[in-house]
Amino acid sequence: MTAPTGPLGDQPAAVVTAGGRPLAGATTARRRRFGSHWLIHIVVLSLMVLWIVPTLGLLINSFRPAAEVSASPWPSALFPPWDFTLANYERVLTRDNLGDAFINSLFITIPATIIPIVVAAFAAYAFAWMNFPYKNVLFVVVVGLLVIPLQSTLIPVLRLFAATGIAGEFLAVWLAHTGYGLPFAIYLLRNYMGGLPKEVFESASIDGAGPATAFFRLALPMSVPVLASLAIFQFLFVWNDLLVSLIYIGGARSENLPLTVVVASLVSSLGGETHFLTAAAFVTMILPLIVFFSLQRYFVRGITGGAVKG
Amino acid sequence: MNDLLTAAIVVIGVPAVLVGYIVGAELILTRLVPERRQGRVRPWLWIAPALAFLTVFLIYPTINTLILSFQDRASRSFVGLANYEYFFTSSGTLEALRNSLFWVVFMTLGVVGLGLLIAILVDRVRYESIAKSVIFVPLAISFVAAGVIWSFMYLYRTPGTPQVGTLNAALDVINLGPVNWTQEPQPFNNLSLIFIGIWMWTGFAMVILSAGLKGISAELLEASRVDGANEWQVFRNIILPLLMPTIFVVGTTIVITALKSFDIVFTVTNGNHGTDVIARRMWAEMFTNGHFGRASAVAIVLLLTIIPFMALNIKRFREQEAVR
Amino acid sequence: MSISARRGFTARDGTEKEEAMQSRMSNWRQVGALAVLGVLVAAACTTGTDQGAAADKEVSVIATWGGAEQESFLAMVKPWEDRTGNTVKYTGTRGLGTVLTTGVASGILPDLAGLPGPGEMREFARGGSLKALDEVLDIAAYKADTAPAFVELGTVDGKVHGVFIKSALKGLIWYNTGVFTAEAPTTWEAVMGTDPGTADSLWCIGLESGADSGWPGTDWVEDFVLRVSGPDVYDNWVAGTQKWSTPEIKAAFEEYGKVMAVTFGGPSTINSTKFDDGGNPLFTDPPGCLFHHQASFITEFFQKQGGATAEQYDFFPMPDINPAYAGAFTGSGDLFGLFSDKPAAQDLLKYLVTPEAQQIWVDRGGAISGNLKVTTYPDEVLQRSAQTLAEAKIFRFDGGDLMPNQMKAAFFTAMVDYAATPGDLDSILAELDTVQESAYAQ
Repeated sequence: MTAPTGPLGDQPAAVVTAGGRPLAGATTARRRRFGSHWLIHIVVLSLMVLWIVPTLGLLINSFRPAAEVSASPWPSALFPPWDFTLANYERVLTRDNLGDAFINSLFITIPATIIPIVVAAFAAYAFAWMNFPYKNVLFVVVVGLLVIPLQSTLIPVLRLFAATGIAGEFLAVWLAHTGYGLPFAIYLLRNYMGGLPKEVFESASIDGAGPATAFFRLALPMSVPVLASLAIFQFLFVWNDLLVSLIYIGGARSENLPLTVVVASLVSSLGGETHFLTAAAFVTMILPLIVFFSLQRYFVRGITGGAVKG
Repeated sequence: MNDLLTAAIVVIGVPAVLVGYIVGAELILTRLVPERRQGRVRPWLWIAPALAFLTVFLIYPTINTLILSFQDRASRSFVGLANYEYFFTSSGTLEALRNSLFWVVFMTLGVVGLGLLIAILVDRVRYESIAKSVIFVPLAISFVAAGVIWSFMYLYRTPGTPQVGTLNAALDVINLGPVNWTQEPQPFNNLSLIFIGIWMWTGFAMVILSAGLKGISAELLEASRVDGANEWQVFRNIILPLLMPTIFVVGTTIVITALKSFDIVFTVTNGNHGTDVIARRMWAEMFTNGHFGRASAVAIVLLLTIIPFMALNIKRFREQEAVR
Repeated sequence: MSISARRGFTARDGTEKEEAMQSRMSNWRQVGALAVLGVLVAAACTTGTDQGAAADKEVSVIATWGGAEQESFLAMVKPWEDRTGNTVKYTGTRGLGTVLTTGVASGILPDLAGLPGPGEMREFARGGSLKALDEVLDIAAYKADTAPAFVELGTVDGKVHGVFIKSALKGLIWYNTGVFTAEAPTTWEAVMGTDPGTADSLWCIGLESGADSGWPGTDWVEDFVLRVSGPDVYDNWVAGTQKWSTPEIKAAFEEYGKVMAVTFGGPSTINSTKFDDGGNPLFTDPPGCLFHHQASFITEFFQKQGGATAEQYDFFPMPDINPAYAGAFTGSGDLFGLFSDKPAAQDLLKYLVTPEAQQIWVDRGGAISGNLKVTTYPDEVLQRSAQTLAEAKIFRFDGGDLMPNQMKAAFFTAMVDYAATPGDLDSILAELDTVQESAYAQ
């Protein structure tokens, strides 16, 4: 029996055993939750501070004029005299084509996130729960493909796109990102699916369910946390990608270029004007963060928590 | 408008088509193929779409790269092992190999270690969501922005002049001299760069390990705590073994990321001051020097370096399957 | 309750078989619907926007210009767009080298593009992807209107393949008008012998530039080679027929070493200061240095990052060192080329070299034109630079840009190494010789 918990897994509800008596650990759990050892708080908070300081510096600097940024460290801007400006943001947001580039980024990222996950899910399930010769070797080859440097695939693939006439189209980038994202997706999904309890699938097949049904009705729902993680990462990598879009779209159809390319062109060829990048970084960060927040609720305890394990 | 329609159709249609393909394939399989043969044919149907993508985008270019690695600069004639020879006898290569090793060891330890620590600790506090978001933010930042952020952090000005870089300004406040973080002292400046990698990727490990952690039954943990186990024992005997497969996956992925990592080195020091890494040398051979043969040789060397890790993985899978 | 039951999957015989059959039927329907969708997808993907006629009126341009430069270029092409009704699709990226390398190898190229340097221009031209401009431009008029050096630099095997959109003068010595009030020194000894006065040191240098760190140092060395040993040595050196360890080149490095010895902050500062902040110590109080050696485009950074106003800085050209080679200057420029046969693209290129087009960018600042008919500049500093460029007795293009990429990259890195370890000059030069051997082999 599992302890039913709320969506964020941190609100222990009344817990009952099969016999109907409250589980002794319930109150302990509640107490532990709220009375966590102070050491934990210290460590967690210090790590949070360490992690946020660099980004905070960028945020503060994005509101300061360029001359100030070169003259004094950002903490000094927090004390009077205050000299903040919105000029950097203005410059970024009024940039020609920013709106179009943003839409392009969405067009590129959403399909390029969904397709690899679907393709990988089928393959991962096969690797995890079906048997066939050379399965492990083949899987290791798939994972090994992770190490291939992107740059060495650019020319052969671009030639292929040129020959089939899709260079410059969104389709080219969707297909490319799917190919590039598959090794990691398959690796992660297979690991997770392989860890699902065997008994569940066994009872299902006893009950006459075919593999497709087992996949759609059992494996997928149980894999929601890892599917959510994968969605977050793939979204992120595609959203922040510059090289793939630049090479596969750039030469032929520059109106399809995403945000990353447009933002990078804020900097002049000699590398000056980097202060605009500070504002640009935050503008482009917003959407991935929103995606992260909204997918957080899928990281729940209890989806597989009830299955017999160990 | 046409684009929007296309995108909508693709987002809905492609998964639908794939689902239909699987369902359809299963139907045909169960109808046409005798029961005992089904098990042999089925897996290939399921992995076929993935294999198709991988072949086109990764396998075919790799074979291409392998062939190129035996050819000359513009891929006109074969030169045997000359490119590999060049790579291993080049003056900067030894240092690059050493630095890549640093990256693999320190970045993996840092990312996996910190990621695990945070995933476990954060599970126990009320502000879990916020904490996880803070650690995650660096991953959401593009490399371009990360380069800018850390240039502000590490900025060095002549001792005696006002320090603008965050770290050096802090040192200034406690009356210590500024440090030229990314350039001296060698080889410790590599750690400054590696730390940027750790800062960015810990969120990645944390998210995956956290998802895995949530999959561990809560009452299992409760029961053992009730039985009197302290936190360390709970971690060692329950959490760690159950999480090990996931740690392995995260670890392997980070090792490969560390080996491939070239963006940070490229943007911050361009490999100067003793910080060069293999992946950057590959990039330089391909795009700066325009020598496709040598660049391909370096790519193949990279591939060969992960063989030990892949062997470990195979071993793991065999063990896992045996237990199942 | 069995686990599978909790998953909503009933587990009894009769109902199960019924369910299975029903799900099989709905499966068929699903498959049918999906097939229809699949056809729609295929249809949508193959019908793109109507390319045909529209594509002819669009000219795609890729160059490294970003930020303010991008705006200047767009302003430059606007009158042409208005006049002809065509549109320019510009993409600015510092990954230009990557785009062109992959583009040339795969056949996917923009119509017009910036060329990283004369070396690449030669490679692309000989490879066949870069088009000759003899039919596109009125060559006689072009040659008459353009500074000879720039025509020469854009020529490959006798035909013009590249034109300069804008250029810059190098080897200028900048100073703070409030700090250095004496007469401009006329000899190099006088420059090095100037008393820094209130300034901390004589020179300030900033080499940091991300992936291109070290390039300001190469400007120094090139200026010394040209002024001390003359244009012939310079040309041989750049062409790879004069080794780096020869006395002439070594002497140039050593002269630069003397400069570094009296530079603000020493090696650490030289290597960690970004090039655009390199001149900032001119304007601090007390000043960090008296002089700063840089190209004409540094003025923008003096203002934006050094906090200086236009009256606060001025320059004098680097003096002659060897009287035999008086009046020698180095400069650089942004080379541009044509990759397609599209009539609109050819027309655009023709437009870009006209004095009217060049004047547009010049008026916006930060650029000097190679077109002799452009004579009005927005401020005195640029005016004098342009004049110096036009009147230079001996003019040479930036050496690093003329060398093959691999050599240039090694040159940049060598300057960084030389700043960090000035005592290692011989081994640095030996390394450069090694690179020279393989870099020029084509």
